[in-house]
Amino acid sequence: MTQQKPSCHELISSLSDFIDGELEAELCAKIESHLAECQNCRIVVDTLRKTITLYQQTSLETEMPNEVRSRLFKRLDLEDLLNK
Amino acid sequence: MSNDKLKDDLSLEALRNGDRAEFARLVEQYDAFIYRLALRIVGNPQDAEDVLQETFIKALKHLSEFDGRSSLSTWLYRIATNEALMVLRKDKSATVSLDEPDDNSDDEQEPLEVVDWCCLPEETLMSAEAREYLDKAISELPPTLRVVVVLRDIQGLSTRETSEVLNISEMAVKTRLSRARLQLRQSLSSYFSQQFGLEN
Repeated sequence: MTQQKPSCHELISSLSDFIDGELEAELCAKIESHLAECQNCRIVVDTLRKTITLYQQTSLETEMPNEVRSRLFKRLDLEDLLNK
Repeated sequence: MSNDKLKDDLSLEALRNGDRAEFARLVEQYDAFIYRLALRIVGNPQDAEDVLQETFIKALKHLSEFDGRSSLSTWLYRIATNEALMVLRKDKSATVSLDEPDDNSDDEQEPLEVVDWCCLPEETLMSAEAREYLDKAISELPPTLRVVVVLRDIQGLSTRETSEVLNISEMAVKTRLSRARLQLRQSLSSYFSQQFGLEN
């Protein structure tokens, strides 16, 4: 019996795990085989990966201001221990 | 913990005994991480600072009850996430629950925008306007999806750690993460295709 190839629609919900490398080998191989033939799905995978990279990059640039830490230590009555 | 800077190398005994210096070490080790977590969930610096302060006040108050079944970091992130969700509840005057069922009905099967914007220059992808749009897209995710994407992708927790913080199954984490990522990808695809006239 010939194994039916999964459609784009069926693969969408697995792409997130595919990107994380958390899929079982069989499904992973099916997706790789599908991607080799389907340009639209390759675009979805590439833009999904890029989306994650973009929000990770922008979030890493968020730093806590020093005065926020100062106020936190003050609120916790730990001012004497700040930066020790 | 996935983030190397976050290790529970603190003395739980000293913390439970009310050692102020040890608690100050705990705060210094986790405050920046919790501030960023809160900022991403609540969306503004003032509320994020309130969440940060309330998290450590609650931790200080309840440390004697910490049973060590989860790691100290997981316990702190759970308090912080609950505090952040409380802020959202107050803002929206509506219930924000982490226990909403994972509706697998096909909201991730809506028509996909298939536009290849990966080829755009990095300075375009990371422009101030694009960042603002992405921030807005994250803030508009439903809270149940937002907390998962923040913990898992932005704060770098594993699937298991995220499930422990949120007290949901690992499968639910994966399902929500998938939905969140696809929604954000869809938002960026619409944005870049409109801005730069890209076509399917």
